[in-house]
Amino acid sequence: MILRLLLRRCVPVLPRLFAVAPLVFFFLHLVPGDPVDVMLGESALPADKEALRLSLGLDRPVGERYFHYLASLTRGDLGESIGLRAPVWRLVASRYPATLELAAAAIVIAVSVALPLGIIAAARPGSLLDRASMAAALFGASVPSFALGPVLIVVFAISLGWAPVSGRGGAAHLALPALTLGVGMAGILSRITRASVLEALAGDYIRTARAKGLGRWRVLTVHALRNALLPVITVISLQLGALLAGTIITETIFAWPGLGRLTVDAIAARDYPVVQGCILAIGAGYVVVNTAADLLYALADPRIRHEGTRER
Amino acid sequence: MRGPVSADGAPRRPRSGPWWATGLALLALVLLASFMARGDPFTQRLEEDLRPPSREHPLGQDKLGRDVLSRLLYGARVSLGVGISVVLISATLGLALGGVAGTVGGRTDRIVMGVVDVLLAFPGLLLAIAVVAALGPGVTNVVLSLSLLGWTGYARLVRGQILSLREREFVAAARALGARPVRIAARHLIPNLAGLLTVQATFGIAGAIVAEGSLSFLGLGVPAPLPSWGGMLADARPYLLIAPHLTIAPAAVIAFTVLAINLLGDHLRDRWERASSR
Repeated sequence: MILRLLLRRCVPVLPRLFAVAPLVFFFLHLVPGDPVDVMLGESALPADKEALRLSLGLDRPVGERYFHYLASLTRGDLGESIGLRAPVWRLVASRYPATLELAAAAIVIAVSVALPLGIIAAARPGSLLDRASMAAALFGASVPSFALGPVLIVVFAISLGWAPVSGRGGAAHLALPALTLGVGMAGILSRITRASVLEALAGDYIRTARAKGLGRWRVLTVHALRNALLPVITVISLQLGALLAGTIITETIFAWPGLGRLTVDAIAARDYPVVQGCILAIGAGYVVVNTAADLLYALADPRIRHEGTRER
Repeated sequence: MRGPVSADGAPRRPRSGPWWATGLALLALVLLASFMARGDPFTQRLEEDLRPPSREHPLGQDKLGRDVLSRLLYGARVSLGVGISVVLISATLGLALGGVAGTVGGRTDRIVMGVVDVLLAFPGLLLAIAVVAALGPGVTNVVLSLSLLGWTGYARLVRGQILSLREREFVAAARALGARPVRIAARHLIPNLAGLLTVQATFGIAGAIVAEGSLSFLGLGVPAPLPSWGGMLADARPYLLIAPHLTIAPAAVIAFTVLAINLLGDHLRDRWERASSR
């Protein structure tokens, strides 16, 4: 049954994955402006421009280029980096683990802050604790990572000396970037957790549980939370895209050697095959992770798990 | 989604209280200050680079000796200007496309919503980076790329609302009275959409300001010497150790501006939810 669920959830994702490729291609190739001009500068010699145009295959019509690009993609070929003289897939593969490490740490931080905060707020709606934690949550959701990151460096790395300023290493290196990336998600998530626990607490089964004589805390954690978690999981999966894209900023701030920094470096160097590969890789990661979250959602909710099997 | 309701029927979401007013006041202050600022954000004094706050320069001077306060205030105009332009363009686009999809239905609906689904399947910032990387930096290009991607949320909202409003009695009544589709849209659908659209647009301004800041921080947004908050934070990065004031001031201003707009958005949403649950 799990297998059938897996198939039903994964098959619709494939077209989306394939939609990534043309989207990235057309954005980079059809917008006005000659990439060769951007790469070499407008003052470059016409002969040099022509040579680069030929070597990039830009002299051929767009349609042909597109099919050539798709054909190489199906072979797993992302092209060759112009500046780094290496296959794009190898560059992407070497940077992906660092980005995943950062994103995973950020999620762990966000969830371990947001769940308790949201539950505590929902337990006593309207109380001072509720207001304070929701004010903190809104602030967390509002402060952009490119503002938070440098401030965290000034306070925790430079003034207090608790963590290194930049680079990748052990847990100490991970702390500040993960915090920078996780705070926004924590803010959004705790607001959703609060709303969703409140909604669950209004259900009839909660009244039944209370009437049975169960303690307030037990009702909250066992009965309400279980049902409240479904929207929370959905929001986590929706936030993952922003999180993966956010690694671009966070990795730039902390000189974290991941995919995001590779993207920024490639944009600065006008290394379009690498830009294309990175965006494709992040986009694909997003789609895969979203599907995984979808599966998790189905596993957590029997109503979704059995959907479509009953009619048979 | 309506919030839970307690025994007496009052919504349990805590009222946003005076916070939204604080937010609005903060925003007004930033705007007012940006137009009243007398300092010049462009004058360079290279011999006075990286100076800490002083009486003449309350927030210090940057790497080229420019007055940080003036640049922050001028940057407010840039950031808020970009935010508002993006929302105006993308909300108009979204209203038009979502409206057409919702009213016409059929194949048009499928095409528009197909495009929305594909665009929403990707992290927005990533696409914005791709578009701006291709177009090149510049205020117009930033507005263009963010609007190009921003309309999808509005389109989805408008279409969904139209589909549900269409089933309501007052629309059916208007149709039975022989009102034409354009009249129904103008007199019945759009006024009912306005509240929700305003809420989304308010959060949209905050989102666009953060997106512009992110692009500028990466060097892909507002080009130098035009000041922008994201660009100022990027410029300050090499001097975190010797001139932290260059980082603290813009970081605080952008954080509080976004917070102020979000407070306002929360308030508008609460009001809309209360009004529609009545």
